[in-house]
Amino acid sequence: MNILKFITAGSVDDGKSTLIGRLLYDTNSILDDQLEAIQRANRKNDDGTVDLAILTDGLKAEREQGITIDVAYKYFQTDNRKYIIADAPGHIQYTRNMVTGASNSELIIILVDARKGVIEQTKRHSFIAKLLAMKQILVCVNKMDMVDYSATVFEQIKHDYLQLAANLGLQDVDFIPVSALKGDNIVHKSDRMLWYSGESLLDYLENVEIHENQAANWRFPVQWVVRPQTDDLHDYRGYAGRVLGEGLAVGDQVIIYPSETYSTVKAIEFNGLQLERAENGQSVILHLTDDVDISRGDTIANVEKQPKFERNIQANVCWFDNKPLDTEQIYLVQSHSKLTKIKIVDVLYKFDINTQEKVFDETIKLNDIGRIAIKSAENLVFDLQAENSANSQAIIIDPRTNLTVGALMIQAVD
Amino acid sequence: MDYLDHLEAEAIYILREVAGQFEKPALLFSGGKDSITLVHLAKKAFRPGKFPFPLVHIDTGHNFPETIAFRDSIIEEIGEKLIVGYVQESIDQGKVVEQKGKNASRNALQTVTLLDTISKYGFDACIGGARRDEEKARAKERIFSVRDEFGQWDPKRQRPELWSIFNGKINKGENVRVFPISNWTELDVWNYIKREQIALPSIYFSHEREVITRNGQLMAAAPFLNIDDEDVVETKSVRFRTVGDMTCTAAVDSTAKALDDIIAEIKASTVSERGARMDDKVSEAAMEERKKQGYF
Repeated sequence: MNILKFITAGSVDDGKSTLIGRLLYDTNSILDDQLEAIQRANRKNDDGTVDLAILTDGLKAEREQGITIDVAYKYFQTDNRKYIIADAPGHIQYTRNMVTGASNSELIIILVDARKGVIEQTKRHSFIAKLLAMKQILVCVNKMDMVDYSATVFEQIKHDYLQLAANLGLQDVDFIPVSALKGDNIVHKSDRMLWYSGESLLDYLENVEIHENQAANWRFPVQWVVRPQTDDLHDYRGYAGRVLGEGLAVGDQVIIYPSETYSTVKAIEFNGLQLERAENGQSVILHLTDDVDISRGDTIANVEKQPKFERNIQANVCWFDNKPLDTEQIYLVQSHSKLTKIKIVDVLYKFDINTQEKVFDETIKLNDIGRIAIKSAENLVFDLQAENSANSQAIIIDPRTNLTVGALMIQAVD
Repeated sequence: MDYLDHLEAEAIYILREVAGQFEKPALLFSGGKDSITLVHLAKKAFRPGKFPFPLVHIDTGHNFPETIAFRDSIIEEIGEKLIVGYVQESIDQGKVVEQKGKNASRNALQTVTLLDTISKYGFDACIGGARRDEEKARAKERIFSVRDEFGQWDPKRQRPELWSIFNGKINKGENVRVFPISNWTELDVWNYIKREQIALPSIYFSHEREVITRNGQLMAAAPFLNIDDEDVVETKSVRFRTVGDMTCTAAVDSTAKALDDIIAEIKASTVSERGARMDDKVSEAAMEERKKQGYF
């Protein structure tokens, strides 16, 4: 059994909450007391069935206003997989929430209203998927019941979307026609769309394979140094962290940043056991053959495939703060366990999120996405997004407020 | 990686981020299965070293005696420091007033004792065992959840949390609540307990107990429940699915004596874990309101 993390993108009107509610409801993931709470709230659809959207509206303020303020995480599981759904709202601060939810997902479900087809909003969602290098895209053409379950409508939308995907350079796109409201093709195949030969949404989620980066380019950001300093473990010194990427094994030659010194992996320890190798995402303790000075924020990496180690970089940024990006200001950048001061030396361009075109405008405001040039106080250890996206990500913190004000995806060395 | 390995690796990563980013963290330990799981994960994160934080228990004085005995035995086994904050002290100092009436509970009073304990020891991060599947307000809370100097959670002012990068920078007086098992469900916790053979207090397993029925729920017949002539005390085979204090935690009819039985029971259950928590039934937004006040 493994985990699949996905995000659903769409506005309230696209039936996004209804879709998630339907998935939870039809997989028996909603229990009696939760259903009772829904019934108490007494929200009904026009045809008298329970409004499943309420399942994803978490907070009192949201229920009162019938809106979603923030990203909510929902869970369900089958015998095959555990699912983590990031539910991002469809209106205020949309970009910020969607970027956040997408950053924690492997697959994105883009909802398209069958009556409206590929619209500006669909383009916006797809652009964000591209920006975050999402591995898999699923387009659910929803509200098929409103277009008489027409194959022609579905095929036209598919055709339009594939054109958009080609323009954006998106790969791995799949399509399913659904009605979240009526439950068509959500958990079970619908008998109202016999022309559709593919899987239901749940079957698709059960079977989809996410392509992981299998390159032997592991990196190990050190989070914590384990030093018991007891009599019997006097010389014990282990570097605790989580492996990023594949291929870490005992005997690997390593380079350590920022000292740029070399050593060899002597042992990989987990829970008192010695491992021969560790895979992507494992939290372990590393021991090296040499007595080197390593502390939190340092990175140990595969000497065969070294990361970049530079001060001047170019990155895409998504801005989250009410205060616009300020090129006069010093910010902090946090990438894994490393915290460094930076200056944003230049705003190269901004993306018009609706047309995906470059705009030469130097103000980056809340929910804007742009390309910036950064100068860091110290060299940063990273990879380019196109080569190893997991090690190209960082957040920007405003030291005046300590708020997370931006997301960075490193594109190039400047 | 198997899903439990993935959840475990993520939780260990988060615990180490707390150790690395904060000056004075603490692990909030209730003696319930979720915080016992956290202790197990902390061993995997930091052994053979010591934990970089003490365990903190907020004692309402209305605990199940089995939980307290278990707490003391686990502390002895792991050899880490325990700090206890007593709700009774907050009452004696006049900081809180005990509720009156038949359904009186110290549940809400704990928040004051918790905040006092945090400020007395200067904790800047408190690790807790809350999960997002438990309750709808929790579904929206961050893994690193910043509280203001009054301990309050503001759902509208949460920091975006991207990838696995956690921003633990705070202003003076603020602190962070950290939830390493946010992405676990109740079933995940039980499957993990089984796989890792983690010991639990006996009240999680089916046993004979004197109970009364209150508001449709089975409550342990404890002296602080203000039992009167209207209450019928009967002996039943029960277990507890969640463990808070005796006034707000209901038992469920159960014959599940082993972990496999419990897992089968949860899979077949049509009621959520917090369906047995009286503290959530006060109102539609009971948890949200308590969190805003500084609750766990």
